[in-house]
Parts: sequence; C-alpha cells; structure tokens
Amino acid sequence: MVDDTLVKAASAQQAARKDEALRADVRKSAASPRRISSRDRFASYWLHHRQVAGDSLLRMLRHPLGSLATWLVIGIALALPGALYVALDNLAKLSTAWDGAPQMSLFLRQTADEASGRALSERLGRRADVARVQYISREQALAEFRELSGFGEVLDHLDSNPLPAVILVRPRTDEQGAAVVQRLFEEVKALPEVDKAILDLQWVERLYAMLSIGRRIALGLALTLGLGVLLVVGNTIRLAIESRRDEILVVKLVGGTNAFVRRPFLYTGVWFGLGGGLIACLILSAGLFWLGDPVAHLSDLYSSQFRLQGLATHQMAVLLLSALGLGWLGAWLAVGRHLGAIQPR
Amino acid sequence: MIEFKNVSKRYPGGFEALKDVSFQIPRGEMLFLTGRSGAGKSTLLKLIMMMEKPSTGQIHVNGHHLNRLASRKIPLLRREIGVVFQNHQLLFDRTVFDNVALPLMILGYQPRDIGRRVRAALDKVGLLSKEKSKPVTLSGGEQQRVGIARAVVHKPPILLADEPTGNLDPELSGEVMRLFEQFNQVGVTVMIASHDLGLIARMPYRLLTLREGALLRGVEPIGEREHG
Repeated sequence: MVDDTLVKAASAQQAARKDEALRADVRKSAASPRRISSRDRFASYWLHHRQVAGDSLLRMLRHPLGSLATWLVIGIALALPGALYVALDNLAKLSTAWDGAPQMSLFLRQTADEASGRALSERLGRRADVARVQYISREQALAEFRELSGFGEVLDHLDSNPLPAVILVRPRTDEQGAAVVQRLFEEVKALPEVDKAILDLQWVERLYAMLSIGRRIALGLALTLGLGVLLVVGNTIRLAIESRRDEILVVKLVGGTNAFVRRPFLYTGVWFGLGGGLIACLILSAGLFWLGDPVAHLSDLYSSQFRLQGLATHQMAVLLLSALGLGWLGAWLAVGRHLGAIQPR
Repeated sequence: MIEFKNVSKRYPGGFEALKDVSFQIPRGEMLFLTGRSGAGKSTLLKLIMMMEKPSTGQIHVNGHHLNRLASRKIPLLRREIGVVFQNHQLLFDRTVFDNVALPLMILGYQPRDIGRRVRAALDKVGLLSKEKSKPVTLSGGEQQRVGIARAVVHKPPILLADEPTGNLDPELSGEVMRLFEQFNQVGVTVMIASHDLGLIARMPYRLLTLREGALLRGVEPIGEREHG
C-alpha cells in the first residue's frame, strides 16, 4: 500500500518535470519570428507532398482486400489491350524475321538453256538494286519437288521435266521504297528469257494491313478500357471523399486551399493507378512466360529462330505511366465533381 | 478590423436572417454578440468567414472587401481568422497534437516550428500533457480548449467564437472567457457570440444585440454602465 503511494508520487513528480521541460521549450520558441521564409515554405511544401503521398498509401494498405480488388480491376483492364498490343508487336517482328523484304521469282522459258540461265542470273546479281540471286536449275527444281510434294511417282510417268528453271531475286531493301522494287520487277519481267515473274509482295502488304487493323482494335480497346479505369478510380475516390467529409470541412474552415484538400485524393488515385499498372505488367509477363515454350516449339517446327518477345523496359514504363496518369485523372475528375459540393455551412 | 455596412442576408425561401446591420469593430477590441437563438448570430459569423454571402450591403474584414473577394482567396481570409465552434469541429481520428497542428500545416510551417507552436498553444489552454491523446478521451471542456488552441495556434489577428461556453458549467465557462481575455490583451480582436447573459454581464465589454435579424442600437457595455 505504502509502496503504491510512493510509486504514484514518484511518477507524478516525473510527469511534472517533463511538463516543466516542455514549457521551457515552449517559452523559448514563443520568441521566434512569425514570418515563414519562402525557402522554408517550399521545403515544407515538398515535405507535405511526401507526407500526403505516404499517408494515402498507408490508408490504402490498411484495407488490403478492398485496395487489391481495385488494383486487380485496373490491372486486368490494362492487361487486355496490353496483351493485344504485345501480340501485334510480335506478329510484326515475325514478319520481318521472315524477311519482310519482297522476293521475286523469275520463271525462265523452257527454250532457254542452263548456260544462258546462269549467265542471266549472274548479270542480275551484279545490279546495284539487287541484293542476292539464286539460280535453281530444272533438275534442282524437279528434285526439290520430288522431295517436298510427295508426288514423286507421278513424275516418273512423265516423259520430260515439266518444271522451268527459276531465278530467285532478292531486291536490296535498305534504301528504297516499294516503287523501286516495282520498277525492278517491271524490268526483269520484260527480259526475253523470262516467261513469267511473280513478286511476293502481296502477302507482306496483306499482313501489314491486318496488323494496322489489329493496332486500331488495340487502341480502341485501350481507350474503352481506359475510360473504365477512370470510372473505377473515380468511384473509389468518391467513396474516399465521402468517408473523409468531416476532415474536408474542418480543413476548409481553417483556411485550407482547394489544392490542399485535393492533394490526398490525387495521391490516392496515383497509387491506385500505379498498383493497377504493376498488376497489368505482372499479368502480361506471366502470360508471355506461359506461352513462351509452346511458341518456341512451334517456331522450331517451322525451323525459325523466332522467339516470343516480352515487354521491353520502355514499354513497361509506358504502361506504368499511363496507368498512373489514368489514376490521377480519375481522381481529379472525381475530386472536381464532389469536392466543390462539400462546403462548410 | 470588421465593418458591416447595411448588411442584409435573405436565405432562399425568403427567410431574412439579418436586416440592415451596420457596425464597426476596431482592431484589438473584444466584444460580445448576443441574441436569442435564431436572431442571426450564426449568420453574422458565417458572413465574416465567407461561409455565406450577404444579399445586400458591404463587409470589410481585416482589409479585405468581402463582396469583391474571389472565391479562391477565401482560404487566405480564413487563415486570418481563428474560429472556436460550439461543437468543437475536432477530427476524432487523430491526436490532439495533430488537430492543433492542422492550421500550421496548411500554412506550410516546418515540422520543428509546428511542434513548438502547437505545444505553446496547448500550454496556453492547459492541455500540454494531453497532446498524444485522442479527442474522444477528453471531457467536453477539454475538447473545447483543444478547439481554442487550434483557433489561436497560428496567431490570427481575429478570433471568432460561436457559443464557446454552450456546453460548459459556469466554472469552465469562466476559464474559457479568461483565455479569450488573455488573447485580447496581446492585441487579438475577439468576437464572441453567446446567449449566456449571466456570464456576459460580469464582463466589461461592448455588446452587439441582435433581435430577429436587426441590431439593437445604443447598447453600452454592461460593465461600464454598472460602474458609471
């Protein structure tokens, strides 16, 4: 009992001493000037930004399930157009790996003998606008056909070789456009030895046309789903504004500017966007990893070196930045719509 | 410091809260605004804070012509006015310290200055030991004093109080009034809206009395009348 009283007395004394120390500190500071220098104001402005950014992240992490749901929604919405974009990007790369450059096949007349065919091939190979030529003699063509087509027995019944000799011409593609290729094509088609010429340009053009349609679809999808992200973030921010209504009123009453009131909500939007962007990156990377092996196998079957390309760093940065921007914009729109309605009465 | 010229306030629906009110409050004066509830006291304070706009008439506060003040300048006006609310308007999800620090954060003070000034204000109202408490754990009188600390922490030239003793017993009310007098003694213009006539009668300050929105004329400070 006595001990108890003693302890209480001692702690009261301690508390009194602490109070006294605080008061001394307070008295000292009371003499300091009231004005705030602009440097201090700037420093504390940044400090406040950091504090608000940290605080809004903490608030978000305090409700991990709800926040995760929002992040997932944003992540999935961004991953869809992202996946389409990556697929198109890979298709475009695939077509260049297959030599997006056009190739001409010149079928020589049956009357032309092998020597004149080879001479023509060499002549063409020396031209400045030709990168490479390959001469395929009638015998080579026949052998190849026998091997690849599976109609070997049919050929045995023929009296003579029906296949013409072929010169494959690969135009130099680095410094010219389609017009130059076209001119070369017209020129070689008119050569007396050439019976028929085919320019393998059309499939490339068709592929590119399809790719450009695909890109538009991806863009449209991105715009639509981006709008969805705006709405999701906007609605989440609206709820956050409602739940912090009292705080907003008090801040406005003691002279907080609109920017001050807005700041925590804008940061909340930025965090939502950034989190969603990270999840989108994760989904895309996981999907690409998942598809990587089967695609490599398929590509091997076509004896191609093609491999699925993952997201490059700059593409990931673009994805994250646009997610962040969408979060910020969604928050800005929600704040603009709902904050003005909260006025002290 | 505060000047009303023929100010009327009519709310949508036709209710006339203030009728042709004119008065002047010089810098450094302390005075009471009285009247029954519904007489227009709160409306008058709201006009000073620009929470409402006058229907007619001119209002000047600390050099600002309120009729011409752009709405984005309203925060700047409010920073020059400390307000004590009847219902405290404290934020219950943060500590006493953070509540009092709010105006300083808005003004952009450095953290070390904020600490000093908040403690100075809490010391003034006798709550230095409660800085880490949540407002919920405090009594009504203590909450009111936290509200006062928040109103004065940034040393505004004007202090407004709306029924600051409304929920307090006479002893606590007296303490709160003495606090207001101390602020007035260092040059703060203090305006207290109250219908606690018993309390007001003991203090030697000018009275503005509202009745049904109109200002009663010729009311002298009760204290002076008693003495002279």
